Amino acid sequence: MKKEVKLFVNGRRVDSRLPEQLRPIDMKVGVVSRADGSAEVRFGNTVAMASAYGPRELYPRFLQEEEAGILRVRYNMVPFSVDERKSPGPDRRSMEISKVMRLAIEPAIFLEDFPKATVDVFVDILQADGSTRVTGINAASLALASAGVPMRDLVSACSVGKIESTLVVDLNGVEDNNSESDMAVAMMAGRGEITLLQMDGELDKEEVMKLLSFARENCRKIYELQKQVLKEYREGE
Amino acid sequence: MIVLPGELIDERKGRKLGKGVYEENGKVFAKVLGLPRVGDNELSVIPLSGAYLPNVGDRIVGVVLTVEISGWLIDINSPYKAFLPLAEAVDEFVDTSRVDLSRYFDTGDVIFGRISKVTKSKNVQVSMRDMVSRKLYGGVLIKVSPTKIPRIIGKGGSMIQMIKQNTRCDIYVGQNGVIWIRGDNKSRAIEAILLVEKESHTSGLTEKIERMLSG
Repeated sequence: MKKEVKLFVNGRRVDSRLPEQLRPIDMKVGVVSRADGSAEVRFGNTVAMASAYGPRELYPRFLQEEEAGILRVRYNMVPFSVDERKSPGPDRRSMEISKVMRLAIEPAIFLEDFPKATVDVFVDILQADGSTRVTGINAASLALASAGVPMRDLVSACSVGKIESTLVVDLNGVEDNNSESDMAVAMMAGRGEITLLQMDGELDKEEVMKLLSFARENCRKIYELQKQVLKEYREGE
Repeated sequence: MIVLPGELIDERKGRKLGKGVYEENGKVFAKVLGLPRVGDNELSVIPLSGAYLPNVGDRIVGVVLTVEISGWLIDINSPYKAFLPLAEAVDEFVDTSRVDLSRYFDTGDVIFGRISKVTKSKNVQVSMRDMVSRKLYGGVLIKVSPTKIPRIIGKGGSMIQMIKQNTRCDIYVGQNGVIWIRGDNKSRAIEAILLVEKESHTSGLTEKIERMLSG
């Protein structure tokens, strides 16, 4: 996937953004009528659709927990989401991302409110152009809130990284493939608690701290957008 | 005014915590998306969506799933099944070694009962030992969002009374979001109830429904 491309021209990125600029964000709630809650989030050309169900009965029974409910998350890239057709179904990558997304969202949910039951979230990536897992987390969090699942806070996520020795925010597909380092961050922005922190590549300590502060700042922006979209959805009903 | 999960509602100031809220360091936050209720004695959030979670005292419409040795398992439109023990359903003495309990309630029968017990791990028990509880014969069941039930019942039962009078239907409303309707005009009653569910946030709804049903 690595290509020889100029990632910076006159201080602008491949899609003419500034280093610390997010892509245009669009969020919609209630896109899947049969789900208990659903949302679609777009970060530029990356599109994630999430549907949430539950709390509902959990079978097989050996999965049930006596003291608390469980959360199940499935991350799935649809075959037409990338340039070269992706063979459908779970693979190593999507299974791992499903797990880290679950771990990112779990701290926000009051699982103890529904023992023995489950909440399921299905995240489908309809178009992939970098930062799919954070887009998925944002969509999942909106879907859960609109389904009425008890939560401590909304979870907001964004990616940060380093390309051509410059620290940037919200990497797209080309930048992701050619980056020196990239970092996915999810947090409960209202409380300032980080729930997911993944890094690939090499960074020194100052860079990590700098990127973390970028991530915090942008998660807050995304958080405000999420709140606005949810309120508009409920008031327009 | 709508609050979202994690939004600050108020300082606690010694007040009771109702449903849909949690406390941290004396501050009270919303847990679900809903309408905040800040009272002198209690803080709570009325949810706008979500599954039915049973509470003691709730009136429910349930469907018998299976007949057990000494009772019945009831579907209460919730993540949890409820158990109806024999003693909570039948007044006479029943010798369980001789009698098959399906002569009282069989699979698929509809009952109107009350949640009598909910344990910490959500084992739910239903009781029919009061005057309003009964087996419901015939009729149809419809499901609505459990969060909209208070609006369908109305202040002091005003909305549901009005629908009952105008359509001359028998209607039983369960707080679990299941409604049982019987009568010749049931399609109009269903229409009215679904309209209340859809427009539950608007005011003057009782008058609107009344006009719809009489016009």
